[in-house]
Amino acid sequence: MSKTIIEMKNVSFQYEYTQVLNNISFKVNEGDFLAILGPNGSGKSTLLKILLGLLKPLAGEIKLFGQPNDTFRHREWIGYVSQKSNAFNSGFPATVEEVVKSGLAKKVGLFKRMPNDAAKQVQDALKAVGMESFRGKNIGELSGGQQQRVFIARALIAKPKVLVLDEPTVGIDHENVQSFYDMLVSLNKEQNITIILVTHDVDTVSNRISHVACLNQTIHFHGYKQEFDEISQEQLDKWQGHAVRKIH
Amino acid sequence: MIEAILQYEFLQNAFFSGLIIGVIAPLLGVFIVVRRMSLIADALSHVTLAGIAGSLYLSQTFTMFSLLNPIYLGIVASVSGSILIERLRTLYKHYEELAIPIIMSGGIGLSAIFISLASGFNTDIMSYLFGSVSAVSRQDLWVVVAIAFVVFLFLFTFFKEMFVLSFDEEFAKASGLPAKSIHLLFMVVVALVIAASMRIVGILLVSSLITLPVAASMRVAKGFKQTILFSILFGEAAVLIGLVSAFYLNLAPGGTIVVTSIVILLIVILGKKLALKIKAERV
Ligand SMILES: Nc1ncnc2c1ncn2[C@@H]1O[C@H](COP(=O)(O)OP(=O)(O)O)[C@@H](O)[C@H]1O
Ligand SMILES: [Mg+2]
Repeated sequence: MSKTIIEMKNVSFQYEYTQVLNNISFKVNEGDFLAILGPNGSGKSTLLKILLGLLKPLAGEIKLFGQPNDTFRHREWIGYVSQKSNAFNSGFPATVEEVVKSGLAKKVGLFKRMPNDAAKQVQDALKAVGMESFRGKNIGELSGGQQQRVFIARALIAKPKVLVLDEPTVGIDHENVQSFYDMLVSLNKEQNITIILVTHDVDTVSNRISHVACLNQTIHFHGYKQEFDEISQEQLDKWQGHAVRKIH
Repeated sequence: MIEAILQYEFLQNAFFSGLIIGVIAPLLGVFIVVRRMSLIADALSHVTLAGIAGSLYLSQTFTMFSLLNPIYLGIVASVSGSILIERLRTLYKHYEELAIPIIMSGGIGLSAIFISLASGFNTDIMSYLFGSVSAVSRQDLWVVVAIAFVVFLFLFTFFKEMFVLSFDEEFAKASGLPAKSIHLLFMVVVALVIAASMRIVGILLVSSLITLPVAASMRVAKGFKQTILFSILFGEAAVLIGLVSAFYLNLAPGGTIVVTSIVILLIVILGKKLALKIKAERV
């Protein structure tokens, strides 16, 4: 039995007036590949931000690696790739190498210099996402999909135990989405990195993931991928808020 | 000119202050520009003016303050302004930029009151508004040296954190860096640099020495470190050319330095266009 590394209990959240999350409870075990699915505005990004400590929940309890969220000191164990739309300023004057290297900042620690082998670590991280040949380019010269891979490399360089990705394939062209997910699978299988993925590509991910969580303010379903395949039409409609066609 | 510098203390003060400011203003300017905070620098310089004007008023009205160097109250005003801007920015979460006009008008309003309360220091005020070659004292120079030391110490210590914070604030927070504290420290350092620069370039033109060299550098540099390097080179060139011409032509150095920066910026923009064109024709 693998150990639980992320646990949410009865978590609720609201922005000034709108209730976004209501009584969310779930667990993620080491080695899981969890897809969080849900319509636009269902609170997926908000849920991730609470997990990452970017937002404080209104109520409820969160444990990361067995420790309460407030006192958790090893955020470098959790790599984050945010939703493209609200990310960085694309005119920023930095090379791919500088961006990826910055992913080490927390791990190295305050008042400490970057390690001597940082360049080698950058090389390895870029290799893992197939971007080695871009290291000297300015980040703004890359396409959306290439930037996304660089951000994954930035998360990977700190050797995280968990990788949290928010709709990472937005902006990646259709042919490359498959290979992108294959890359995630290999990180999950070969390096035993736990993956939490928010996505709309239900069809594409369905044979690659181990767990599914269906979110729309509350969790409508959470369990093994195989169980999700058995989910009833009624449950599906309730989650989506309108009638949907079941797809496999 | 070199002879004159060797001979006159006031020229030494102006030159060494200028050389130091030519490094620290664009150096910090890179972070200010990429974080889209140029307007904040402008607002802070106007708050600094309120401190300067207040100090000039005090020294004119009360004998006990008659020897007070206005730079100190300028620093106090600038640093308080930077902290106030941060408070306002958290208060108006959805209208962060509102903090800028609030602080800016507050600074100008207070300055206007102090200036009219104590009439008769017009030339003094002029030198603070547009800079001066002759008015920089030895004490001013030491203050500039001390502030430069703080800037280098800050960036030497927190360079990698400042990079992460500037590139992607959310990522900085998500990876558990003390983003808030480092940002607040940064704001204080910015306030110090503004107070330091004002003696040479003047309050009204401080933000241009912070932003123009960076604007030129971003056209040609590759990567972040190179952007910093070129910004400093351009800033230093503008200060040197500006100070020398201000001295010989008897002009306010703020004006000559800023005009030089703009010329450098234009040369860089046109030069790059030309280089691209030649390259395109060759292919
Ligand atoms: N910063 C914010 N302030 C107020 N409301 C927000 C904010 N961010 C998101 N919301 C609202 O919260 C709800 C959930 O948003 P989000 O978590 O981004 O959904 P998803 O990622 O599933 O599309 C939406 O109704 C959205 O409008
Ligand atoms: Mg979202």
